[in-house]
Amino acid sequence: MKQVLILIALFGCFTAAEAQNRFFTKTGKISFDATTSKSPENIDGINKNSTCVLDAQTGDIQFSVLMKGFEFDRALMMEHFNENYVESDKFPKTTFKGNIVNNSAINYTKDGSYPAKVKGKLSMHGETKEIETAGTITIKNGKVMVSATFPALLSDYKVGIPQLVADKVAKTAKITVDCTLDPLTK
Amino acid sequence: MKQQFKRVMTILAVMVCSAGAKAQEKDLLDLVDDGKTPNTMVTNAFKSIRIINGHSMEFLAPGTMDFRILHRFGQMNQGTKNLFGLDQASMRLGLDFGVTKKLQLGIGRSTFKKELDGYIKYAPLRQSTGDHAFPVTIALIGGATINTLPFADPTRTNYFSSRVAYYVQTIIGRKLSDRISLQLTPTMVHHNLVPLANQPNDVYAVGFGGRIKASQRVAFTWDYFYNINGLEKGVNYNPLSVGVDIETGGHVFQLHFSNAAGMNERAFITETTNTWEKVDLRFGFNLSRIFQLKKAKSS
Repeated sequence: MKQVLILIALFGCFTAAEAQNRFFTKTGKISFDATTSKSPENIDGINKNSTCVLDAQTGDIQFSVLMKGFEFDRALMMEHFNENYVESDKFPKTTFKGNIVNNSAINYTKDGSYPAKVKGKLSMHGETKEIETAGTITIKNGKVMVSATFPALLSDYKVGIPQLVADKVAKTAKITVDCTLDPLTK
Repeated sequence: MKQQFKRVMTILAVMVCSAGAKAQEKDLLDLVDDGKTPNTMVTNAFKSIRIINGHSMEFLAPGTMDFRILHRFGQMNQGTKNLFGLDQASMRLGLDFGVTKKLQLGIGRSTFKKELDGYIKYAPLRQSTGDHAFPVTIALIGGATINTLPFADPTRTNYFSSRVAYYVQTIIGRKLSDRISLQLTPTMVHHNLVPLANQPNDVYAVGFGGRIKASQRVAFTWDYFYNINGLEKGVNYNPLSVGVDIETGGHVFQLHFSNAAGMNERAFITETTNTWEKVDLRFGFNLSRIFQLKKAKSS
């Protein structure tokens, strides 16, 4: 009888641990800014429906963003972004699949802010590039907040900028990640 | 009891192992993927809201205004005397407004007959991809034109209604691929008053238009209307326009050759008096500039 109890307890622990292993969101915010000093207006967009999944045990972290979901101040900029620059019909999704290098230093059960070093593959516009960036992981009330800012060189992803507007669009887009992840129970 | 426990342990161990292995193989994003593809509206079938003369299946984004300047020069076959028609020009100024993704309206005024025109364009269905995809865009257009020239015969009793003509149109269009879009446009034009007794008040026509993209910013376009009735031999012809769309940042330039001089539905469908046969063509251009009236982003 004792053994059975231990077994049940063990099993219970295991499933509980697994439930808190993973965190996710489908309403993460990912924005970009490609404004230069010569831009006639701000060249920026925000996607408020980004998907992010984090495995706290392994430190694996993945993002997925629908390119057509980026919002802009001007409808014409949105049209040009989708039609002429990132070609959203051909390449609808941008994904990042990586790993938190210093995952062991992050205590997901204790509230606090932890610096995180992330390494992984960013796939955009049909091109995949290895990137590395520093971010912050904040734990608060069982939620995980992921934030980071990193540059993406547009030519790395074969996003062409016409000669005519070459000095009006930044060659490197600043990408900002701001996601709040809930525990994934599945 | 002991044996039973051992057996349970083994089963458990296998389960844990397999679950662990599965988790490693699995893509994390697949865990939250619900397998649904949300419906996305197919846009940018055409670069502009007009193919050349006729309405396209495209709509303006909500909160934007399209300022359009249209120019039609004189007939090219007039030779050097009129610099191949460039000495003469007829124009239309227009403002078009995007109200919702499916509603648009516009007004314009043309030099030809000093005509005012206006329309409302509504799409009950738009082409989309996803789990509930729809193959075509269907748009309905109702418009009116008002001739503001002085009455031809001021001595008789003239009515305001005599200046007015109407048109109704249905656009059935499909963006076949990234590069090719086609549309069919059944149209009826109604004149309240026609100049001659043998001319019909109601003219039926079918438009056939399309575009083929040459590059990201350049497209070849054409726009043709076939008159089912109301064509009088040697007097009026079916309008055919062929051209090139060039997109340069904030502007879309549409350069084209056409036998039509009119720039509203009534004028170019029922009153095209030149023909392609004798190179009785005009060079023309449309210039479109989009203004954002309302911020699109909700920050």
